[in-house]
Amino acid sequence: MSDWQTFFAMGGYAAYVWPAYAISVFALLALGLASWRQMKRSERLARMSETPDRQS
Amino acid sequence: MLAYANPRRFLRLARALTPWFLGAGVALTVVGLFLALFVAPPDYQQGDAARIMYVHVPAAWMALFVYACMAISSAVAFIWKHPLADIAAKASAPIGCVFTALALITGMLWGQPMWGAWWVWDARLTSVLILFFLYLGYIVLWGAIEEPTRAARAARILALVGAINIPIIHFSVEWWNTLHQGATVFRTDGPAISASMLAPLLVMAVAYNVLYVALLLIRMRMEVSQRRLRTIRLGLETAPA
Repeated sequence: MSDWQTFFAMGGYAAYVWPAYAISVFALLALGLASWRQMKRSERLARMSETPDRQS
Repeated sequence: MLAYANPRRFLRLARALTPWFLGAGVALTVVGLFLALFVAPPDYQQGDAARIMYVHVPAAWMALFVYACMAISSAVAFIWKHPLADIAAKASAPIGCVFTALALITGMLWGQPMWGAWWVWDARLTSVLILFFLYLGYIVLWGAIEEPTRAARAARILALVGAINIPIIHFSVEWWNTLHQGATVFRTDGPAISASMLAPLLVMAVAYNVLYVALLLIRMRMEVSQRRLRTIRLGLETAPA
């Protein structure tokens, strides 16, 4: 087995180690992206409704 | 401190800090994952399955830490009526909820090969599951009450009452018989773990803490904007035509 195959096999625990790492990265990335988008959207909406020309 | 109670000053500071914390958090996570997967040695008993520790333990620490921050913010909101305290608590909840879910899922993935069971109803696992439901309940409560000051008061009470669960989780491995192992790092006689494993663990823990601050800043900016939007809309509705 090559070095990389040994690495990915995780001593026989690949089915547990890789999902644990994948879900951790995925969940934090998803939370970060969702939060960022929501933040940008509400900042834009707040700025739009604050501009005075909208009220005329 | 009180100067930043002013949302405008807070927003200016938060905008300046967000990219730094986000960048540092991502960089530290990459370094931590590299150390955990390539540098840390396999455990002499558990082999490579022990590498799950580097994503499980920091997530579990954050689950408790974020809840503690939420409870302290809620207490500050009660006592000093600090306008950003409720916002900080509300913004923390989804972050803590995700960390708790990660602790539970990675714990199951570690439990199956080591204990032969995905889940056991023992004190540690059950009390962390309760923590997860406390986060969910807290988030639902904010959504269920439309008027923000009333929602905030109900949420503060839930956060403070639920805080009793935090010491229970920490001491659950001592008070009850459990499959879950005891504390290895936060012990009165010092950490019982080799330095080659402690270093990657601590890097991951710092990374998760920095990511929490970054996510907190982003979500607080979101909450402040949403409140401003609400105030403006209410003002327009009640203004004489």
